[in-house]
Amino acid sequence: MSVVEVVEHGHTEEHEHHELSFWRKYIFSEDHKTIAKQFLITGILWAVLGITLSVLFRIQLGFPEADLSWLRPVLGGWITDTGKIQPEFFLALVTMHGTIMVFFVLTAGLSGTFSNFLIPLQIGARDMASGFMNMLSYWFFFVAGLIMFVSMFLQTGPAAGGWVIYPPLSALQQASPGSGLGMTLWLVSIALFIVSQLLGGVNYITTIINLRTRGMTFSRLPLSIWSFLITAILGLISFPVLLSAALLLIFDRSFGTSFFLSEIYIGGEALSNVGGSPILFQHLFWFLGHPEVYIVILPALGITSEVIATNSRKPIFGYRAMIASMLGIAFLSFIVWAHHMFVTGMNPFLGSIFMFLTLIIAVPSAVKAFNYISTMWRGNLHFTPAMLFSIGMVSLFVSGGLTGIILGNSALDIQLHDTYFVVAHFHLVMGAAAAFGLFSGVYHWFPKMYGKMMNQTLGQIHFWLTFVGLYLIFVPMHYVGIAGFPRRYYQFTSYDFTSVFSDMNTFITVAAIFTFAAQFIFLFNFFTSIFKGRKAPMNPWRSTTLEWTTDNPGHGNWVGEIPAVYRWPYDYSKPGAKEDFIPQTVPHSVTPESNFPSDNALIAEEKQIESQNYNDQFKTGH
Amino acid sequence: MELLLVLLVLVAVVLALVVLGKLTGVVKGLNPSNSYPEEPGRANQVNAWMFLVLIVVGFVAITWSYLHSTKFYLPEASSIHGRRTDDLFWFSMGLLTIPFMLVNTALFFFAWKYRYQKGKRASFYPENHRLELVWTTVPAVVMAILVLTGWKAWSDITSEAPEDAEVIEITGKQFGWIARYGGIDDNKLGNYDYRLIDAQNEVGIDFTDETSFDDFTNPSELHIPVNRPVLLKIRARDVLHSVFIPHMRVKMDAVPGMPTKFWFVADKTTEQMRAELGNPDFKYEIACTEVCGQGHFGMKMVLVVEDEESYQKWIASQQPFLKTYPEYLDRVPANLKAKAAKYVGEQTASAE
Repeated sequence: MSVVEVVEHGHTEEHEHHELSFWRKYIFSEDHKTIAKQFLITGILWAVLGITLSVLFRIQLGFPEADLSWLRPVLGGWITDTGKIQPEFFLALVTMHGTIMVFFVLTAGLSGTFSNFLIPLQIGARDMASGFMNMLSYWFFFVAGLIMFVSMFLQTGPAAGGWVIYPPLSALQQASPGSGLGMTLWLVSIALFIVSQLLGGVNYITTIINLRTRGMTFSRLPLSIWSFLITAILGLISFPVLLSAALLLIFDRSFGTSFFLSEIYIGGEALSNVGGSPILFQHLFWFLGHPEVYIVILPALGITSEVIATNSRKPIFGYRAMIASMLGIAFLSFIVWAHHMFVTGMNPFLGSIFMFLTLIIAVPSAVKAFNYISTMWRGNLHFTPAMLFSIGMVSLFVSGGLTGIILGNSALDIQLHDTYFVVAHFHLVMGAAAAFGLFSGVYHWFPKMYGKMMNQTLGQIHFWLTFVGLYLIFVPMHYVGIAGFPRRYYQFTSYDFTSVFSDMNTFITVAAIFTFAAQFIFLFNFFTSIFKGRKAPMNPWRSTTLEWTTDNPGHGNWVGEIPAVYRWPYDYSKPGAKEDFIPQTVPHSVTPESNFPSDNALIAEEKQIESQNYNDQFKTGH
Repeated sequence: MELLLVLLVLVAVVLALVVLGKLTGVVKGLNPSNSYPEEPGRANQVNAWMFLVLIVVGFVAITWSYLHSTKFYLPEASSIHGRRTDDLFWFSMGLLTIPFMLVNTALFFFAWKYRYQKGKRASFYPENHRLELVWTTVPAVVMAILVLTGWKAWSDITSEAPEDAEVIEITGKQFGWIARYGGIDDNKLGNYDYRLIDAQNEVGIDFTDETSFDDFTNPSELHIPVNRPVLLKIRARDVLHSVFIPHMRVKMDAVPGMPTKFWFVADKTTEQMRAELGNPDFKYEIACTEVCGQGHFGMKMVLVVEDEESYQKWIASQQPFLKTYPEYLDRVPANLKAKAAKYVGEQTASAE
């Protein structure tokens, strides 16, 4: 019995098909696949904007003499009469770049897209537990983005205190123009964004726990689903803490409280606030902020697991170890936040504890890297663009992660804290690595999203330019950091110790522009393929998971019954099997030639699986 | 470097041409009859070989660029703990270079070695507990070593300052630093209160405390003695700042409402560094490393490290705050007026 037959038997059922209006189908849709695409395209637009901002401030750093008066028609007063970027605008650019990339692109764009798209399709559900909440989740995100976008056009500019918005800078309008209305809108936007994350997160968790199809036990979940589940739990626990920090900051800004303010003399007057602590804000912020970097990277690791296994034609190595290490990373991510604060004057003993806990994270991370490499070992590798980006993701994750071991060491952090070493570190390990996870996912699941294929050759060129470009940007950035260059500096000519290395900054800027330019290959490929790509077959990568058993589905995902699941998702190149993959929907009873002795025991379970309820919301697709 | 830029541009141009060529191919060749899954072809081979090229070129590029930049790394350390953390840094970097090279090489090498071949079948190899145990244990042991060495250094650096440390206060404001010294007589910093800050009394010295009478401030230079512990008491007036002295490997945030501190021993005077670096214009600098507003990049203060004799001479040449601004005598309580006035008068007299 072949794979196709198992799936096709559903096609015989015909049923009513009522058309939704354009608005309900494409705009206020409750279909998880449409919502996923909404997240993806919104994320792509934000990414273009966010990276453009970084190119602007890279020009300032790499070519401080450049005449930018030609940007005046767009940026107006932010460019001085002599064609220079205003220092305040520089900080606004840095802040907006960080905020947009971390929250809107790598959190919403990555998790929002793939959790939404893959959870129901990979666990065998018609849709999310609550399609309505899911829709709200997108629209809260949309409004959050709209408010942030509007803030960029204010007279006083958007928030400009760094994406970490440390008070008192962010709390006092006197301290910086960006701390006025720009900051208010930043806080409102992020509050709405958190609401969006919570609505999404509750949905993801509920769906994964309750709506798995029959036979889909936790030990048969693809690693991508495990990563989305763990990510959603992290978000659910940590985002409310950021919300509380933002609320307290709003109180300090607008209602005269002193949660984060104490003994301040600014603008010629001594403020009456006493007893607050700016450090308290940092504790609250990083209690989200640190799990946040894992919220960004875990989905990328999950996607990479799927893609590497499929394209190596091998089971993922150490399935259980992969889950255990993700759980370990997730747990540890909550108790390491203060390694961002070694030099804030907090108790040095606390610093020692946080150093110890931080360095432990290296162990589960290393396990993941080794497992990916072993998965490729003695495989039969297909270099689809998705596979290339996954390999690149592992490389970036390892290279960037290793410097984290240095920064997590409080004694070494004294010199390196808030230098470009930190910037280089986190851009590699969480920025670039997560972006590679996103690219990998888009290339891999594009056929299922749009029913079309993306161009492979363009994808491969896109990979090589981006991969090499990123290393050209961030390896030299480590050097600049070791030389002691501080972050968020408008220019480096004020100091002797930073006047020495300027050609390296020029090089980094050129590499950044080069890499940015390469992304237009992706944009071209993505948008033309939606309309003009070749029609995708049902299972182009010959993959085992459930989403490949349905053909460009409408709402409800499967025509007819939802398939049942009989095996784990990584039966690639199983000895004795005819094909080099066996989908999860194929019972062991029909594959006696490839069964291990332990598999034969599972044949007895098949009857039991088939007698279970479907957990089907609609009973049929519609 | 210019050559490198030209090369990079050339590469970009060539790649752009390749891409353009491909784009026309894509637009023309949108052929719906081609079916997937398709057999990996020549492109698969090319990508596999690219990984092999990447190992070689990447290794050369990283080694070359690293060596090219060494002269800029970690500016010469001038403090005792600084050399210790430098050693630890290079030890960690050296140690971590091994997994960096190994993992990336293995990753790219396997990509090349196990590239798709027609008729080949991948191995079904889902786990190996012994292997997994090994690569869990080895990183754990390495981490333990790094934690222990780092912990020891960290607790020594952050331990209580020695009794004989020279105590100097440094206060951050938008956008500059103000140093305050305990003064020539008692060498004790007087109390302060942020509500007493005004245009002259920039750090809010409290003149009801008699130890403050001989305090003096300096907004442009911080002088410290060589080979003697110096304890910086760090404050901020308005927003967060961070004291960063790159050559001393000193960094500590300045927090409004929460005084912080950092102690260290500088063991090279400015003069010695000038001789050592062959740069007669060398100056130690203090920078800000916590974003504090638009002047963040220019919060410069010069640090002068000098021998004990010239340090004492410099201190003696500084005017107590009360002498510069005698009107603050009004703030002194009646019972201490005589003592304070004596300072003002005496200093005024000696200056003439």
